[in-house]
Amino acid sequence: MSLGKEFSKGILRENPLFRLTLGMCPSLAITTSVNNALGMGVAFTGVLLASNIVISALRKIIPESIRIPCYIVIIASFVTLTEMLMQAYLPELFASLGIFIPLIVVNCIILGRAEAFASKNTVVPSFMDGLGMGVGYTLALVIVSTFREVLGTGTFMGHVVFADSTYSALIMILPPGGFITLGCILGFLNLLQNRKVMKNRQATQLKLKQQVAHEVSSN
Amino acid sequence: MREMVIIIIGAVLINNIILSQFLGVCPFLGVSKKLSSAVGMGVAVTFVLTLASLITWLVQTFILELLEIEYLQTIAFILVIASLVQFVEMVMRKKTPDLYEALGVYLPLITTNCAVLGVAIINIQKSYGFGETLANSLGNALGFTLALVLFAGIRERLDFADVPQSLKGMPIALITAALMSIAFLGFTGLL
Repeated sequence: MSLGKEFSKGILRENPLFRLTLGMCPSLAITTSVNNALGMGVAFTGVLLASNIVISALRKIIPESIRIPCYIVIIASFVTLTEMLMQAYLPELFASLGIFIPLIVVNCIILGRAEAFASKNTVVPSFMDGLGMGVGYTLALVIVSTFREVLGTGTFMGHVVFADSTYSALIMILPPGGFITLGCILGFLNLLQNRKVMKNRQATQLKLKQQVAHEVSSN
Repeated sequence: MREMVIIIIGAVLINNIILSQFLGVCPFLGVSKKLSSAVGMGVAVTFVLTLASLITWLVQTFILELLEIEYLQTIAFILVIASLVQFVEMVMRKKTPDLYEALGVYLPLITTNCAVLGVAIINIQKSYGFGETLANSLGNALGFTLALVLFAGIRERLDFADVPQSLKGMPIALITAALMSIAFLGFTGLL
């Protein structure tokens, strides 16, 4: 597979949140504002990239039987680094993301990529895979948070969209809003996919009919 | 004692770990297709979460804080949880094979359950003492079990419901969870 494909599969075809439904907890909890979602996405991408690079570089050294603990220690070290960097340079963002920064350790996407991809591939493809998955996850978080922030508080990244606050639906930034938004987005994506499948089926049926008609008329 | 009861009620109903704090959503959606497996998962999580919170509290107080290496918290806690799960699995297989048969499949899943690490960190952040840590983690574990079992009951019935084609599976499960979450919002003024 080419490097471009390794990158692009994480964004659409195997988007970790929308297609594989992994990493749900942060996607529901911190998507109350677009800024939080972006911050979380960048922190997550950094950890995923670093752990993918290190794990693919060490894949021949790490013994098969204790690989999972090894991966967890590597991931936890990078999460600790990220935590310290954010605490030092972005204290406000760190405070609003709170517990979900240390919880990147147990995000199933990172361990999943380590097990499914980085442990079997060389450094460069693993880097592209991590970058694609990270960007895909960040995009998904931003999409979810856009709906929640605009509908819930009437702002987008802190800028006012609806001046009249009576139109803001508070429930969208309360916990139920997270479930509703993600459920509706997943349903919408399913609808698109079903349409596509139906269209393909209809197209092939049409082709068959034409073929049959052509054969009948030529006979 | 009174304080402990308040902490437990708060953790189970008001700040439910899944429906208002969004910790442990993956097993909540993954293991809720059958009522029996939901009960199994709930019991396994209750056991591991309570034990892990107490041990991580001891590690934090008597090792990390004494040596002033609190920055190693994340690494230390995840290692404690991972080895604890492994240890519980080994002991269970040896001593209570029946229980192992029933809960064994859920145990490895618990290591990457963010509820366990999450509650352990929250206990430290709120600077709870040992007793409060016990109450808070027990309450959170019971809240997890309650939400999981209720949700599994609804999902079993949902299989027979007439759901639009594109909402089948995960989307309708999420919307159901949203309705449950709204119901739990009603407990806000309880205490």
